Amino acid sequence: MSTTTAGYVFIAAMIVALIAVYKPLGDYIYRVVTREKHRAPERFVYKLVGVKADTEQTWGGYARSVLAFSALSIFFLYGLQRLQEHLPWSNGMAEVPAALSWNTAVSFTTNTNWQAYSGESTMGHLVQMAGLAVQNFVSAAVGVAVAIVLVRGFARKLTDRLGNFWVDLTRITIWVLLPIAIVGAVVLIIGGAVQNLTAETVTQAGQHITGGPVASQEVIKELGTNGGGFYNANSAHPFENPTSWTNFFEIFLILCVPFALTRTFGRMVGDKRQGLAIAGVMAVIALASVLLVVGFENAADGTVPTAIGAAMEGREVRFGTPNSSFFAAATTLTSTGAVDSFHDSYSAWGGGVLTLNMLLGEVAPGGVGAGLYGMLVLAVITVFVAGLMVGRTPEYLGKKIGAREIKLASMYFLTTPALVLIGLAASISVPDNLTSMQDKGTHGLSEMLYAFASASNNNGSAFAGFSANTDWFNTALGLCMFFGRFLPIIFVLALAGSLAKQKATPASEGTFPTHKPLFVGMVVFTTLILVALTFLPVLALGPVAEGLF
Amino acid sequence: MSNVTAAGSKNGLLDPKQWLASTPDALRKLDPRLMWRNPVMFIVEIGAVFTTVLAIADPSAFAWIITVWLWLTVLFANAAEAIAEGRGKAQADSLRKAKTDTIAYKVASSAITSPRDITVTEVAAPGLQRGDLVLVKAGQVIPGDGDVVTGIASVDESAITGESAPVIRESGGDRSAVMGGTKVLSDWIVVKITQEPGASFLDRMIALVEGANRRKTPNEIALNILLAAMTIIFLMATVTMQPVAIFSKDWMAAAPDTEVLNASGVTGIVMVSLLVCLIPTTIGALLSAIGIAGMDRLVQRNVLAMSGRAVEAAGDVNTLLLDKTGTITYGNRRASEFLSVPGVAAARLADAAQLSSLADETPEGRSIVVFAKETYGLRERSAGELSHATWVEFTAQTRMSGVDLAEEHGLHEIRKGASASVIQWVKDNGGNPDGQVTELVDRISNAGGTPLLVAEHKAGHDAEVLGVIHLKDIVKEGMAERFAQLRSMGIRTVMITGDNPLTAAAIAKEAGVDDFLAEATPEDKLELIKKEQDGGRLVAMTGDGTNDAPALAQADVGVAMNTGTSAAKEAGNMVDLDSDPTKLIEIVAIGKQLLMTRGALTTFSIANDIAKYFAIIPAIFAAVYPGLDAMNVMRLSSPTSAIISAVIFNAIIILLLVPLALKGVKYRAASASSLLRRNLLIYGVGGIVAPFVGIKLIDLLISLIPGL
Repeated sequence: MSTTTAGYVFIAAMIVALIAVYKPLGDYIYRVVTREKHRAPERFVYKLVGVKADTEQTWGGYARSVLAFSALSIFFLYGLQRLQEHLPWSNGMAEVPAALSWNTAVSFTTNTNWQAYSGESTMGHLVQMAGLAVQNFVSAAVGVAVAIVLVRGFARKLTDRLGNFWVDLTRITIWVLLPIAIVGAVVLIIGGAVQNLTAETVTQAGQHITGGPVASQEVIKELGTNGGGFYNANSAHPFENPTSWTNFFEIFLILCVPFALTRTFGRMVGDKRQGLAIAGVMAVIALASVLLVVGFENAADGTVPTAIGAAMEGREVRFGTPNSSFFAAATTLTSTGAVDSFHDSYSAWGGGVLTLNMLLGEVAPGGVGAGLYGMLVLAVITVFVAGLMVGRTPEYLGKKIGAREIKLASMYFLTTPALVLIGLAASISVPDNLTSMQDKGTHGLSEMLYAFASASNNNGSAFAGFSANTDWFNTALGLCMFFGRFLPIIFVLALAGSLAKQKATPASEGTFPTHKPLFVGMVVFTTLILVALTFLPVLALGPVAEGLF
Repeated sequence: MSNVTAAGSKNGLLDPKQWLASTPDALRKLDPRLMWRNPVMFIVEIGAVFTTVLAIADPSAFAWIITVWLWLTVLFANAAEAIAEGRGKAQADSLRKAKTDTIAYKVASSAITSPRDITVTEVAAPGLQRGDLVLVKAGQVIPGDGDVVTGIASVDESAITGESAPVIRESGGDRSAVMGGTKVLSDWIVVKITQEPGASFLDRMIALVEGANRRKTPNEIALNILLAAMTIIFLMATVTMQPVAIFSKDWMAAAPDTEVLNASGVTGIVMVSLLVCLIPTTIGALLSAIGIAGMDRLVQRNVLAMSGRAVEAAGDVNTLLLDKTGTITYGNRRASEFLSVPGVAAARLADAAQLSSLADETPEGRSIVVFAKETYGLRERSAGELSHATWVEFTAQTRMSGVDLAEEHGLHEIRKGASASVIQWVKDNGGNPDGQVTELVDRISNAGGTPLLVAEHKAGHDAEVLGVIHLKDIVKEGMAERFAQLRSMGIRTVMITGDNPLTAAAIAKEAGVDDFLAEATPEDKLELIKKEQDGGRLVAMTGDGTNDAPALAQADVGVAMNTGTSAAKEAGNMVDLDSDPTKLIEIVAIGKQLLMTRGALTTFSIANDIAKYFAIIPAIFAAVYPGLDAMNVMRLSSPTSAIISAVIFNAIIILLLVPLALKGVKYRAASASSLLRRNLLIYGVGGIVAPFVGIKLIDLLISLIPGL
């Protein structure tokens, strides 16, 4: 079997695997977030933190809790890095510099996992486990919680109560993420990933490689669509991602929760077809994107690629081009900053698609939770524009989309384009910043565009060649990560609040149907038009100009 | 209002005269303080000012062509609004004629028996307060809206309703409301004024059709927000392109400077052009015209809406409450069937039925005569024709009518009437109606009809029952189809009737309504509306009586009949000047059409962007990166002509779509799915394809101009 054929089999197998877990996982999350009774471990946590678990919050209260929790997380993570040399299990690592600590703290709290450092030579085991791994869990849980609140906004009526943040956070962490992570870690260890607490380095034939709690970190890095690697080489490192089948397993971990959440959504709004339609939109965009990247990389020009039938620069031989391309597409379609190959080495078109994946707002299927709420906002906008064409005030899932709803949805979809475009335009105007580009011209522009797309959409991966560790970029990208995470969350929570207050209009023959293929096509189209067209000028001067050069 | 509309709107929509007439208004609307209300076009205006400055500073054919077309874009948008308003103005002017300076004759008390020798105080009509009493005599114009408290008069309401036949207005009852601006033709009345000064029907209608102080409707506000957000997004996309363009030009330093791109970046003219092409100008330009035209369509159908919000709500209605009588059925019961008892020939029954009804002048009686004539070919005999006949009139006591014919063998009596009375009459005359008669009677009652028995008594024989006449409510033609259409649009119809449940069920089934409310009191109606609304549904209803007022006020769309009481008109949010309850269905259609037109043009506007990108981006950057010329799929002849073509297309499409905005997109009753498929195909797919063709065609023309 040729590598290409194997690549397509790999993709087909992934689709089958995702379909297989869609229902059970989605239903399971549904039960976790809607269960009335609090189980013992939860009650313990509530008691510890002092939470009245049965008191539900308004959207404002929920938003304050999210922000307070995130602020605390940033502060704690910052302190942990600054003090690491005085703490146990530091492996003799020095304290992390202030700017870098700040950048890393924001990066992991916002589920971005942009890494301006080299993991194995900067962070000790304590920071990795008590700091970064913990944030990998809870930042993912925050994303899911916010998505669940938006879904509650659609499902509930005539109320201002949208759930309790601490309950959602606790339940999602200990009943959804933790069990899958434990099983997943064991699977990765079986696959050959390293899991130890040694400060020793493996020394053989002149190589020095640090060990550590890698498998446990790796599993949540993918499952929570985080992406912050234990090693600088991230998932290309054999200790993180040893074989082709662990590569498959990691992609599966990345995609399973975001897709399954659409099932949870369908269950919560009482119409599974609605969930399926949203999953359909995600699947169409995702599949198109994966096939495009694989296609472009297999067809890359150049002497060497032509000779061996594909572009291999920047790829691991054990994965090959198609599987690396799939990993790259999957991570950029979600908010996973993990890489198992280097995106800077991709062809102009392939790299362009990866950038576009992020620019679409990471909605297909997107980060855990973030993908669902992003896609639902796009669905709201689609319903608003196209829904008028059936001659009624637009409504989605029985909720009318009026001035307030459209204002919040508009502010949501304005945020990331604003951050990316203003960040890019400001940065490229300062001549000193141009030295960060490894290449000049079109490819250099692609690198910088990629950096801002990645930070603003909380992805975290980088076009490898770009040197982002400068004062300007640490600051600018840090701001993009921060605002790119929390502004949309506030808008989504406010939207949920305004939806939940409404009555629910029952569906009829006159209702705009939002569970049919036509709607799926329309949301795909709206996503492409509204988002992609915004970026067409810069894409034309970057990847497109490079591809057509 | 037919007299008005003929002048205002029946001529061609693209009549150059209309455009010419709207030019002064279009220019006046350039005032930034007015433009500000439309953010999309305001941006275009700022862009036009900017390019004008640039074109003056550094004149070139290219700069001036773009500048002129940008100004035209703004003017086209203003003209669209002005034309929409102009059509309303024509109506308003004609209404104003009715609002002449009427003199009111105030009186102190309504207790007058004759209009002579009464002390009256003369006041100008605008000076009247709510509660004032005025005397209006034949030939005078009623000075304000109010209720007749004394007297009866025939009133000419054509100034408001367009209907020339005079109507009777009298004190008490449901025909007491009069409108200011209408004219008393005969007799005299005392009117108690119910309006606040300056808030009469006439005033409201004028305000409505003029559209000058039109308040934006909820959906319009929401759409404006979305359009503003998209404008901001494209503003960002365009502005941030500049540093990137400078960077690219710097890297490809060998690329020649052109009129669109030089070392200091994309030229201002081109930046503005790109921005104007990308922001949703098509819908931005036409949005307000669509709204005004929607209200106008309603006024043309003689419906007066108190707010635009009500018109939008009409499009959203889930449940229609329709009164049975007059809306679903003709006002009166009619004969629909003759059922003879076994042994009696059908023709004999028909003959007897007709004979016994000839003197019955009630609508039911007339319908029996007509039915016998139409179905059995029986010539309608006039009462005087039968000289030997003695007519027996219907009385409330006997509950029978009939005829006594003096024949050779003696008296031949024929009777028709309520079953109990007729059976008693038969028994009194020696007959003994058997079970078959009761069975026929029950059958008709169970079917929701009213049975009338026909019996005869010939001298020397016992009286006998010949058969039964089936009187029933006749459902108006085409109602069942209309309800089926409504159902396919997801609208439930509920029939409201005072009939008993059995009768109601039978008519409901025949008319094809989804549900009915039998033996309905006004309280039941209100209760039903509240129940529907609690279920998240929007309810529309019509009503005319004072007792309908609470329900009209509660309904989301409450259409009061113009013939109704002032209380009903105050409570509803629309008034139908024709007092036609079936119009509710048209009102729903107008509401839907308004929303559909907005959605269709928004979709079209956004879909247009694809082609414009493909025209402008390669035009700007192909000089730097020649590979980008591959994006020039339309093969436009030169960068400048590509940009000019896109800008011209952008302006002309507004012009071409004005008729559509004013007329509304084609509306037909269908399910949401099929409406969506159709509109998406026309305005979505069409919106993608049309500009590719249009821009290419304009480019072919432009390329003939030398030096571009």
